Amino acid sequence: MSTVNDVVIKIATVNGTGSASANGLLMKAIFRMGIPVVGKNYFPSNIQGLPTWYEVRVTGKGYQARADHVDVMVAMNAQTYARDMAEVASGGWLIYDSTWPRSRQLNREDIHVLGIPLSKICNENFDGARARILMKNIAYVGALAALLNIDLDVITELLEETFAKKKQLVESNLKAIRLGYDYALEHFSCPLAKTVERMDRTRGHIVIDGNTAAGLGCVYAGATVGAWYPITPSTSLMDAYKAFCKEFRMDEASGGKKFCIVQAEDELAAIGVVLGASWNGARAFTPTSGPGISLMNEFIGFAYYAEVPAVIFDVQRTGPSTGMPTRTQQCDLMACAYASHGDTKHVLLFPANAEECFYSAIEAFDLADRLQTPVMVLSDLDIGMNDWMCPDLQWDETYRPDRGKLLTAEQLDGMEKFYRYLDSDGDGITYRTLPGEHPRGSFFTRGSGHNKFGGYTEDSAEYQDVVDRLLVKWETARKLVPAPLVEYSKFNKEGIISLGSCDGAVREALDLLGERKIGLNYCRVRAFPFNEDVRQFIERHERVYVVEQNRDGQLRSLLTLDLDIDPARLVSVLHYNGMPINARFVVDKLLEKRAGARAAQDTGS
Amino acid sequence: MSFIPKPKVTHPKLPRNALGLTERDYEGGVSTLCAGCGHDSITAALIQAVFELDIPPHMLGKMSGIGCSSKTPAYFVSQSHGFNSVHGRMPSVTTGANAANNELIYIGVSGDGDSLSIGMGQFAHVIRRNLNMCYIIENNGVYGLTKGQYSASADVGSKAKKGPANRQMPIDPVSTAIGLGATYIARGFSGDKKQLVPLIKGAIMHKGFALLDIISPCVTFNDHEGSTKSYAHTRQFYHHVIDADFIPPAEEIVADYEEGGAMPVELHDGSKIVFRKVDKHYDPTSRAAAFSFLRDSIRAGEIITGLLYIDEETGDMHDLSGSVDRPLAKIPYEELNPGRETLSKVMQRYR
Repeated sequence: MSTVNDVVIKIATVNGTGSASANGLLMKAIFRMGIPVVGKNYFPSNIQGLPTWYEVRVTGKGYQARADHVDVMVAMNAQTYARDMAEVASGGWLIYDSTWPRSRQLNREDIHVLGIPLSKICNENFDGARARILMKNIAYVGALAALLNIDLDVITELLEETFAKKKQLVESNLKAIRLGYDYALEHFSCPLAKTVERMDRTRGHIVIDGNTAAGLGCVYAGATVGAWYPITPSTSLMDAYKAFCKEFRMDEASGGKKFCIVQAEDELAAIGVVLGASWNGARAFTPTSGPGISLMNEFIGFAYYAEVPAVIFDVQRTGPSTGMPTRTQQCDLMACAYASHGDTKHVLLFPANAEECFYSAIEAFDLADRLQTPVMVLSDLDIGMNDWMCPDLQWDETYRPDRGKLLTAEQLDGMEKFYRYLDSDGDGITYRTLPGEHPRGSFFTRGSGHNKFGGYTEDSAEYQDVVDRLLVKWETARKLVPAPLVEYSKFNKEGIISLGSCDGAVREALDLLGERKIGLNYCRVRAFPFNEDVRQFIERHERVYVVEQNRDGQLRSLLTLDLDIDPARLVSVLHYNGMPINARFVVDKLLEKRAGARAAQDTGS
Repeated sequence: MSFIPKPKVTHPKLPRNALGLTERDYEGGVSTLCAGCGHDSITAALIQAVFELDIPPHMLGKMSGIGCSSKTPAYFVSQSHGFNSVHGRMPSVTTGANAANNELIYIGVSGDGDSLSIGMGQFAHVIRRNLNMCYIIENNGVYGLTKGQYSASADVGSKAKKGPANRQMPIDPVSTAIGLGATYIARGFSGDKKQLVPLIKGAIMHKGFALLDIISPCVTFNDHEGSTKSYAHTRQFYHHVIDADFIPPAEEIVADYEEGGAMPVELHDGSKIVFRKVDKHYDPTSRAAAFSFLRDSIRAGEIITGLLYIDEETGDMHDLSGSVDRPLAKIPYEELNPGRETLSKVMQRYR
């Protein structure tokens, strides 16, 4: 079937061969032609030599999820050739390096196999082993340009920008593009049945990964202390924060840094640094992933009880234990919501894409300061490390950080006495001071039993008074966190609740189900604790499908625990194989569950 | 309720420091430790040291972990800021506190369990960062709150109250700190306040990581015959090696030291530490000499005390990371935010 601006290209390479820049070039060229794209990287937990894939979904309709099939496979890795061939959709194309003969056993009659002697061409035209390997990647981009009708002028423009300071690299890269392009034109009938064509749907948009956006958000939120222990897939968040700080946070007069990054000895220390810095008035954060959250538990409970703000980014990866560090999941919901021993619960934010990572970062710092408690931003590997097209990030110049109930020296001057944990406003949030600010502001921060005056206690009533007040604060948090995004029509009896990176697949699934005349309402939760709107959404439907990316239905559990909902109303649709969820899966699984639920209903009645 | 505020009765003729405060103003709540606990003597020495250094109480951060020692920040300088964190993790909290605000004075109070077992990793890494703080280990060789188990600093052959002698090698915080690169290393004894106060003052004023290992007998679980951390044992084998006097910036050094035996080292703020050496050949600025001297003394069964090593050259964490002199927490938001125009420029990179 021939299509325009609806094609999925997947490139199979070996990691460490420099294919990332070629794949980025391919995706950006299509993006610059005004066509929405989705870029997904499937990579091993390894530095060099193992299989890696990059998938570009060209989607004129602007869908955000990954596709469920591959139209054009560029099979550059002999090791995975068989499975890469198997993955091509019937009627699709497979491009391979025909410098060497391929196994005759491997063939498929229902796809087109296009051989291009990429190595041979590059060996003849370039000197040096490294250049030959790199240019081979650029050459397949050239071939794809001919096969799919990608504008060569756009590719040229991109190369000129990338290598603005290294003119000879522009020339060599262009030469490689040309070699691939010309070979394809000469040997195949170009373009293929699936092509790209200029449109105007990417103006005012960028392509960015969630970790970069979150790191930028930390800079804009005014964070000055970042502590971390390197862990995939959160590392690039701190890398981004550091890079932006080096650019925008240097003191012109002294050359000193207006930020401090502590690479700690482990995650226990990283969160300890965050608490010390937050206690002292800096906005501080730590990026981590599931194993880091496990290690931080004791301190998270401390911060909850002693009421110290903290911002934690959990870029979730596939668990349990070490799991699959380079695969995605939403598997830390429960671990984060109730992290640490004792009665604890924590505020969570669920960004759905890279754009929301930027705004969530700022919101997390404001909420942490306002609520004087840890706030965790639960992104995931798919959001954090993949390329998302989103509207330009905007900045409101009137924004000022909400530092919450922080007493200034002037305010303390006018007070007779200051008590750290006295709830004078009835919202469960008490006033706090910063060390060194004023002689009257001193207080003792402790994780041991304390009374509302801040003194140590082992008295039952005094202890209970404080933990009960924390529940009042929890209800305040429920009103302060972002409300869910709800799409509602009274004609629909069923609904979907989902969160985070499921959003793209769910939205696309809603379109597909709509084509079958199945209407569903949609509620995307954006924070924990759940807002009243979430309860209302559930109560207004006979059945609600909870779509999430973990095995145990953790969002469903949280909904039943936090809102005291009858679990029978919530039907799980679970995706947890480590790959990002796609629309086809949501549709198939939902229809299956729906049929099952209906059959059960019929038998019951 | 085990928090007992101390009634404040101040005699009008009590001496006052440069801030017009008396030593009573530097006191804290009443200690709930056992009567005769070495830790209480250290608390008293701390009170005297910060009083004499004229430290404004609210500019002091008292940091601790968990254990008997870590309770003591509640017993001194009520008007300062205490942070009683989790077990063994005081160094990381202090790192963050200092990263945010380098204007405060940080005194960390830890114990042998808190620093040498559960917190060994953080203890080692805070030394690597040369964090500007005074780190006190109230060392009694035993776990008090859980009723008398050996700690990692218990000496080979030291007997528990109800058990056989310890056979595992001890971790000596002083040798460990020398090996890891700490820049101020001292050992004291809770029973010798005269020696202790100047050691604490020096540790507070030193710019960088100052370790003060203080033998502090546990009267309930480790003060019996056969223990090497008892008052009696410490007094018998206690050996003043390098005494140190702390001289504030404005004061002159009074030349009453033995010729050749006195050695002044200037600190960052202009104050001085004057070493009075028992052994004339000892060089407290040589890490190698300090280490070898320490090993010899351990072999001889001596508990050497005093300021054993000092390095005023190495920069602290902020120097190493190149941060501005101002406290990061006090930089106005306007200076931290790159603004709308910059953001729109940054957007161009992602098209």
